[in-house]
Amino acid sequence: MEFLSYLISGISLGSIYAIIALGYTMVYGIAKMLNFAHGDVIMVGGYVSLLAMSELGAPVWLAVLVSMVVCTVLGIVIEGLAYRPLRQATSLAVLITAIGVSYFLQNAARLVWGPNPRSYSAVISGTLPLFGGQLPISYISIVTVAACIVIMAGLTWFTGNTKMGKAMRAVSEDKGASQLMGINVNRTISITFAIGSALAAVAGVLLCSFTTSLMPTTGSMPGIKAFTAAVFGGIGSIPGAFLGGILLGIIESMAKAYISTQLANAIVFAVLIVVLLVRPTGLLGKYVPEKV
Amino acid sequence: MHKIKSWYSGLKKATKTDFATYLGVILAFLIVFPLQQKGILSRSVSGMLIPLCAYIVMAVSLNLTVGILGELSLGHAGFMSVGAFSGIVTAMSLQSAIPSPAVRLCLAIVVGAVCAGVAGVIVGVPVLRLHGDYLAIVTLAFGEIIRDLITCLLVGYDSRGLHVIFNASGSRTLEDLHLAEGGFAIIKGAQGATGTEKISTFFAGFVLIMLTLIIVLNLVRSRSGRAIMALRDNRIAAESVGINVTKYKLMGFITSAALAGAAGALYGLNYSNLSATKFDFNTSILVLVFVVLGGLGNIWGSIIATAVLYVLPEALRGFADYRMLIYAIVLILVMLATNSDSVRNLYSRLFQRKEAERDA
Repeated sequence: MEFLSYLISGISLGSIYAIIALGYTMVYGIAKMLNFAHGDVIMVGGYVSLLAMSELGAPVWLAVLVSMVVCTVLGIVIEGLAYRPLRQATSLAVLITAIGVSYFLQNAARLVWGPNPRSYSAVISGTLPLFGGQLPISYISIVTVAACIVIMAGLTWFTGNTKMGKAMRAVSEDKGASQLMGINVNRTISITFAIGSALAAVAGVLLCSFTTSLMPTTGSMPGIKAFTAAVFGGIGSIPGAFLGGILLGIIESMAKAYISTQLANAIVFAVLIVVLLVRPTGLLGKYVPEKV
Repeated sequence: MHKIKSWYSGLKKATKTDFATYLGVILAFLIVFPLQQKGILSRSVSGMLIPLCAYIVMAVSLNLTVGILGELSLGHAGFMSVGAFSGIVTAMSLQSAIPSPAVRLCLAIVVGAVCAGVAGVIVGVPVLRLHGDYLAIVTLAFGEIIRDLITCLLVGYDSRGLHVIFNASGSRTLEDLHLAEGGFAIIKGAQGATGTEKISTFFAGFVLIMLTLIIVLNLVRSRSGRAIMALRDNRIAAESVGINVTKYKLMGFITSAALAGAAGALYGLNYSNLSATKFDFNTSILVLVFVVLGGLGNIWGSIIATAVLYVLPEALRGFADYRMLIYAIVLILVMLATNSDSVRNLYSRLFQRKEAERDA
C-alpha cells in the first residue's frame, strides 16, 4: 500500500515534469535551442495565477486561462526580441541569451513580487479515499495526470494532423527546404513558443499546487529536471518527453522513499547518465546516422 | 634594440598574442599588488581579488573545454567543488604537521587539482562518447551529483588521522565521527566546510593564473593542441587522418578539470565557511558566460571578460535591487550585438561606406 502511494505521487510529480518537458522538447525540436528560460516562464505562470485568484478573486479556470494567456504572450515576446535575431548564430550564443532571459525573468519577478516565498494553496483540494481510506489520492494529482495525458494526446494529434503541426514537423526537419515550400518559418517557430509557454503556465499552476509555495527561483530546478526528462526520453520526441517525465517522477519519488531524501536528485541524474551511455539518443530518440 | 625588434617581427602572430597575454597579467598584478599591500584598495575590492583569480583560472580552463575542444560543459563548477573540498581537507589536516601556510596552500592546490583530474577521468571516459547537447546535459547532471554527494559528507580530523562518513540516510551526525580529544570537524554535511583557516593569498592567485596560462597556451600551441582543435573543427576528418579521438579529447578535458580543481582549492581556502551549494549550476553558467563573452578559444578574452563581468555587479551596487536585472539586460544585449545578423550587416555597411570614402 505504501509502495502504491509512493508510485502515485511519483506519477503525478512525473506528469508535471512531462508537461514542462513537452514544452522544452517542442521548442528544441524546431528551434534546436535549449530554452533555459522555460523554467522561469513556469514561475511567471504560477505568480499570475496566484494573483488572479487572491487579488482578483477569479475562479480557478479563469486564473489558469489568464496565466496561459500571459505566458503565451510572454513566450512570443521573448522569442521575437531575444531569439529571433539570433536565428543564424551559433547554438552557444543562443544558449547564453536564453540564460540572460532566465536571469532577467527571475530578477524582474524578485522586484515585482518580492524575494520571499508565498504560500500557494492547491487549486483543487480534497482526496479520494481508496481501499477504505488506506490509499488516499488527492484530486489534484488525478487532475495533473489527466491534464498531462490530454495535453500529450492533443499535441500528438496537433503535430500529426493539422496544417500548422505538419509545418512544425517540416521546419524541424529542414528549415531551408520548408521555407522553399512556402512555410512561414518565423511564424511557425513563434507558434511553437506560444504553445510551449501556454503549457508552461499549466505546469506552473500544477507545480505550485504540488509544492504549495512559490518564489522567484521556483522554476529553475523543475526546469532543469524537465529538460533532463526530455533528454531522457529522447529530445524532440513528444511521446519521449511524456515517458521521460513520468519515469523521472517515479524514480525521484522512489529514491526519496527508499534510499535517501538528500540524494534523490543525485540518483535521478545518475540514472539519466546511465541511460544516455547505453542509448545515446535517449529512450525514444531517433538515431540519425552520421553522413560523411 | 635592433636585435629585439627583428626578433619580435620574426615571431608568429599567435606567439605575440601569447606574450601579450602574459605581459598583461603581470602588469595588472604589478599595479594591483602594491595598492593592495598599502591598503589603498577598499575592503570590498581587495576581498574580490582572490575569488577573481580563481574565476579567471576557471574561465581559462573552461575555455579549453568549450572553445578549444569544442564540447559544451555545464558542470564545470563540479570540478571546482571537488578541488575546493579536497583542498580544504588537505590544508586543515596538515595544520599541525606543516606550520607554513604557503606550503600548505601549494599542497592543497596540488591535491585539489589531482582530485578534480581524477573526477575528470571518471566523468570524461564514458561521457566524451556523447556529442553536443547530450554531453551538455550529462556534465550538468554530474555537477548536480557532486554537489549532492558533498552535502552528505562528514569529515573530521584528530590525532589518529582523517575520519570520513558518508551520510546518505541523513540520520548521522558529527558525533558518529568519534573524534578523539583535540580533533575537529572539517566538512559538516549540508553546512559545508566551516572554521577553515583562510590561507589563500592574492600572490598565490597570480602564480596560479600564470601557471594556468603557461599550461593552456603551451598545450594549445603544441602538436596535441592542434590535434584537439582538429577534432573540434571536424571530428571525422581528424579521425580519418589518424588522430586518436578518445586520447586527445580526454587530454583536453582532464587538463581543464584539474585546473578547475586548482582554482577551487584557491577559492575554498579564501573563505572560513563554504557550503557545497555554492558550486551549483548557476556557478557553472556564470563561468560559461565569461568564456562565451570573452570569445570562444580566445584566452586573453576570457581573462578580460571575467575581470569585467565579475566586477560589474559590484560596480552596480549603487543600483542595489536592479543590478542583477541590469546584468541580465547587458548580457542579452551583448549577445544580440555580437551575434545578430542585422547588427552585423549594419557594421559592414558602415565600414564599407568609410572605405568607399577613403578610396574616393
